[in-house]
Amino acid sequence: MAAWLDAVLVLLMLSGFWLLGSSRLQACIRTVAIQGVLLGLIPLLSEWPDVTPRLAVVAAISALIKAVILPYLLRRAIREANVRHEVDPMVGFTTSLLFGIGLWGISMYLASRLPVAEASVSSLQVPVSIFMVLCGLFLIVSRNTAVMQAIGYLALENGIYGFGWAFAIEEPLLVEMGVLLDVFVGVFVMGITIHHLSREFDTIETDELASLKD
Amino acid sequence: MFSIAGCLPVLLAFCGAPLLFSVINRTKAKFAGRRGAPWLQPYFELAKLLRKSAVYSRTTTPLFTLGPMVSCAATATALLFVPLSGVAPVFAFPGDVLWVVYLLGTSRFFMVLAALDTGSSFEGMGANREVFFSALAEPALLLSLTTLAVWSQSLSLGGIYGNLGAVVLAPAAGPPLLLVAAALLIVFLAENARIPVDDPTTHLELTMIHEVMILDHSGPDFALIQYAASLRLWLLGSLLVGVVVPWRSAGLVLNVLAGCTCLFLLAVLTGIIESVMARLRLVRVPEFLIAASVLSIVALVLMMR
Repeated sequence: MAAWLDAVLVLLMLSGFWLLGSSRLQACIRTVAIQGVLLGLIPLLSEWPDVTPRLAVVAAISALIKAVILPYLLRRAIREANVRHEVDPMVGFTTSLLFGIGLWGISMYLASRLPVAEASVSSLQVPVSIFMVLCGLFLIVSRNTAVMQAIGYLALENGIYGFGWAFAIEEPLLVEMGVLLDVFVGVFVMGITIHHLSREFDTIETDELASLKD
Repeated sequence: MFSIAGCLPVLLAFCGAPLLFSVINRTKAKFAGRRGAPWLQPYFELAKLLRKSAVYSRTTTPLFTLGPMVSCAATATALLFVPLSGVAPVFAFPGDVLWVVYLLGTSRFFMVLAALDTGSSFEGMGANREVFFSALAEPALLLSLTTLAVWSQSLSLGGIYGNLGAVVLAPAAGPPLLLVAAALLIVFLAENARIPVDDPTTHLELTMIHEVMILDHSGPDFALIQYAASLRLWLLGSLLVGVVVPWRSAGLVLNVLAGCTCLFLLAVLTGIIESVMARLRLVRVPEFLIAASVLSIVALVLMMR
């Protein structure tokens, strides 16, 4: 199963690059939904021979939230706010891809320095998780629309979640609690914030929100 | 190193490369609900062009006639170094990876020179775009081949693709090889001026890339260009197919047959891609090509892990 786990992790990393290079919000939302499904597969693959029912349920619930509910909220937000594209990001898409390569290098380096890396099933799990966290952070600081920033936040969350699963074998309860809390916070922040934003203002461009008007 | 067995795939390439074009065109015709041109149409066209005489503008110099010749010769030479699915190439030496990539570069360089030699601003624009996109595709090709070289511990194409069959069954090889294959597919489409990057059938000034450069060539010169294009399709195709189908058998004929079948399947795939995808906007093409480089860098990092 290690080979399948590696394949899933590589797909997760590619989805990070896709988020960096894509301008269509719809496509980005679909990408984070796919990330959710792939993250749901990780625990099942990494403990393949003895998957407990509890593990399966936790994985299924979080996959459901990450792949169905959060994307649904985001889709509703872009429909109501009537935005389709990230028009003018702070960092261009091609440059973002190049930054992505740098982030990937950094996360490989960090993962090789972390003593915890040996604890996980696949040696790719820690670098990919760090990469997703960095990607999410990069999206948050380099994109203008609030939806894109929320997507970045979600990618960051996904990275933390993946990082948690790397050690799920040793600290099961803690990780599960953490995971569910993460998800809860994600729903809370995005559901409420975006909804308020789109109700209150016509635009969800944060640059315009920052400038005062009479 | 000289291998006599390698002559068979090369001879097949010299004879059968234009057939790849007709496979692509027939696939596109099927999708469009047409019957399509006869299978031998590319050969008819080559024969027709060879019978005609070339027309030269008074502003051109001998460089203009040199372009197609050198371009075709360089591509044909490169083909001697490229293995088809595990059959050792005719010639091989350590480091011929770079040699092949730069033979392709030479071929393109002389096409660009010939285009600039016409003095037409339109051809200059085409040459400009061609060079821009191939400059972006080249690192992707080199990085992919580097990844394969690292993985198979060899510096010659023959060694790389020969060893690939043995090591590919290791489970860790799956994801990086898939990434390399994806990068090589993008390079294959870009370097052969196929659809997401360039449309080989368009003659609209604003969108043409490769076709612009060859507008002024006619007769035998144009035939050489078309033939060189089919050889390049075969060459880059066999680089891609060698990664995707690393199946090797002991028998020479069986190997060559498998390789050719895969090449024609690749041509069908190209036809399908051309039928279902739209051309990328010109400003999006660099992103597409950089994505290929990203894929191969990631694969390289995974391999060196």
